Amino acid sequence: MIEHVPMEDHRKGAAALDEARLRQQAIGVKLRQMFDEVVNEAVPDEFLDILRKAEPPAGEK
Amino acid sequence: MTETQVGRSPFDPQRDTLFKKELVTLIPHLRAFARTLTGDPTAADDLAQDAMMKAWDARASFQLGTNMKAWTFMILRNQFYSEKRRSWRQSQLDQEAAERTLVAVDDPEAPVALDELRLSLGMLPAEQREALILVGAGGFAYEEAAEICGCAVGTVKSRVSRARRALQAILEAGAYDRDGRSAGDAMGSILADAERLSSLR
Repeated sequence: MIEHVPMEDHRKGAAALDEARLRQQAIGVKLRQMFDEVVNEAVPDEFLDILRKAEPPAGEK
Repeated sequence: MTETQVGRSPFDPQRDTLFKKELVTLIPHLRAFARTLTGDPTAADDLAQDAMMKAWDARASFQLGTNMKAWTFMILRNQFYSEKRRSWRQSQLDQEAAERTLVAVDDPEAPVALDELRLSLGMLPAEQREALILVGAGGFAYEEAAEICGCAVGTVKSRVSRARRALQAILEAGAYDRDGRSAGDAMGSILADAERLSSLR
């Protein structure tokens, strides 16, 4: 029960929670950085070429 | 052009143009998601191109104005898993791909922590990894991630939370597959890097 936890342990627990939260936030930042690095890469021309060839422009059949 | 092609016909050039425009803006995101699924830049681009063409071919079934990003991610994910099922050698290939990626990202300028994060991510079960990527990096709500993965919202929530805990534990223990290289202090560099990045903002 929470009232029986000595003050010292209580504080340690809170500090550990803060530390865990900090680490999770840091991991989150790096995860987004990892993903965004690829998002920010230039898209290879191939992608647009394929899409361009996929459908003839309107009027051509 | 014939008159019958205009209007509500499935071959509506105006609608196609709108669709294509939006699809093009999603290519970078599809590439990034594919990279996290395959772990290999070349295989990822093949997968992203396949998904892009599948989306294009299925454009008539997409309702303009709804969430095209989630829709295309779902197509890409389905494509990935159906290819995976077809290939009995896939686990072997995954391993080789992971090794190639390691070499590919071996840029001395690149922050060490990112490599270690990639390796650690690679150790998570696939369903935990994709849930964490979608919610933690792709910017999807739990509900959207659930739709993309074809599972319940609660399942996504528990996968994300398990993935977060496992990732932290792997990084702290230096338990990622280092291929004989020294452990380093992955968690330490991630913390330092995150601090640096947030101070830049």
